[in-house]
Amino acid sequence: MSFKVTKPGLATTVQDLGRPGYFHLGIPLSGAMDQIALRTANLLVGNDEGAAGLEIVFMGPELIFARDALIAITGGEIPPKLDGQPQPTWTALPVKAGQTLSFDFLKAGARAYLAIEGGIDVPLVLGSRSTYALGTLGGFQGRKLQAGDELQLGPAGNGGRAGRSLPDSLRPVLPKEIRLRALPGQFWERITEQAQAQFFEDTWKVAPEADRIGYRFRGGRPLDFVPREPPFGAGSDPSNIVDGCYSYGSIQIPGGTEPIVLHRDAVSGGGYFMPATVISADMDLIAQLQPHVPVRFERVDMETALAARATHRADLERIRSALA
Amino acid sequence: MATTQVPCPLPGTFYRRPSPDQPAFKNEGDPVAVGDTIGLIEVMKTFNEVKAEIAGTLKAFLVEDEEAVMAGQPLYEIDA
Repeated sequence: MSFKVTKPGLATTVQDLGRPGYFHLGIPLSGAMDQIALRTANLLVGNDEGAAGLEIVFMGPELIFARDALIAITGGEIPPKLDGQPQPTWTALPVKAGQTLSFDFLKAGARAYLAIEGGIDVPLVLGSRSTYALGTLGGFQGRKLQAGDELQLGPAGNGGRAGRSLPDSLRPVLPKEIRLRALPGQFWERITEQAQAQFFEDTWKVAPEADRIGYRFRGGRPLDFVPREPPFGAGSDPSNIVDGCYSYGSIQIPGGTEPIVLHRDAVSGGGYFMPATVISADMDLIAQLQPHVPVRFERVDMETALAARATHRADLERIRSALA
Repeated sequence: MATTQVPCPLPGTFYRRPSPDQPAFKNEGDPVAVGDTIGLIEVMKTFNEVKAEIAGTLKAFLVEDEEAVMAGQPLYEIDA
C-alpha cells in the first residue's frame, strides 16, 4: 500500500492520457479531461507525461501516504493541504510517510490533477490505466475511489525535485468569458438559418449534470429544424438521424434544446444529429467549467481550428521546456 | 454565542427538501447536531447531502431553495 483513501471526494478517479483505438468497439477514450494539466503534474514530479494520476472534480479527497513521495497538483484551483498546512499548486511537494493530503474548497475551475512520483499502479486495461466508470473498466476496480481504498504506486524515477514549480506565465488562466470554438459539421443543415445564427448568438450555461461523458448546456433558445421526411431508421424526432458515429467534441442537441458536448467517457455512436464539433484545442477548457458558468459557442473554420491546435501544442512544448 | 457562516462544499443546485412533496430538512431556528443533513446539492446527476460539521441553532439560510450555488459560497449561518 502506498496511500490510503480516508475521504473519497465527489468522483475522484485514476486517469492517464486515455485509451484511444477502441472507439469503434464502443470503448471510449477516457483519460484526463484536462490533458495538459495531467501532463504538467507528471512532468513536475519527474514522471512520464502519461503516468496515471488522480482526477479530482469539485471536491478533493483525503489521502494518507504510507511512503515518502513527491506530488504535484495542477488544473483547477482546489487548494491542497499537508497535515492541515496550505501548499502551493503547480509545484512539486515532498510528502513524508504518515502525512495526510487534504483539500480546501474549490476556488476556480472544476478539476484538479494529482500526480505522484512513480505514478499510480493499477492494471493496464486495453493499454491504459484510465477509469471508465460507466463501463466498470480500468482504473481502480473500474470505479471512482471510496473511503478505505488502498492504492499502489510504481517505482519512483529519479527526475523529480521538490520545489520545482511551473512559472506563473505558463499556468493556464481561466478566461472571464468562456468561448468554445466550434466547427459546423455534417448535420449543420438540419437546423434553419435562424437557428444556426441563434446557436452562436445565445448564452448557454453549464447544466449541473455535465460530467465526463458529456457537458450539457442549457439556456439558449430552442433550435428550429428544417422539415424533412424521416429517413428509414431515423425516428420521427427531427433531431434523430440514422445511427452514426459520434466523435470526441461533437455537439448533439436532442430535441434542439440542450447542446451536449461529448467528452472523454462518451458513447461512440447513436442516433442524435451533431450539428457542430468543439475544436480539440478547447476540450481541456471544458474540463474546468463549473455548473451554471455562462458559455458562448464561437464559429470557426478548419484553418482556425488547426491553427488553434498548433498553438495548444506550442503551449505544451513551452511547459516541457520550462520543466526539462 | 458566535455566529458562523458555513460555506457550500460543492457547486451545483441547492435543495432544502429531500423531494418536492416533503418538508425541508431544516428550517431557520431549528437545532442542528453534527452530521445532520442541511440540504442536498445536485451535481453530475447525483444528489449529495450537505452534513452539518458544527452543532448549534440554524440562524439563516443564505441561498434560496433550488438556487445555483458555487463551492465556497456562504450557504447558511449557525449560532453555536
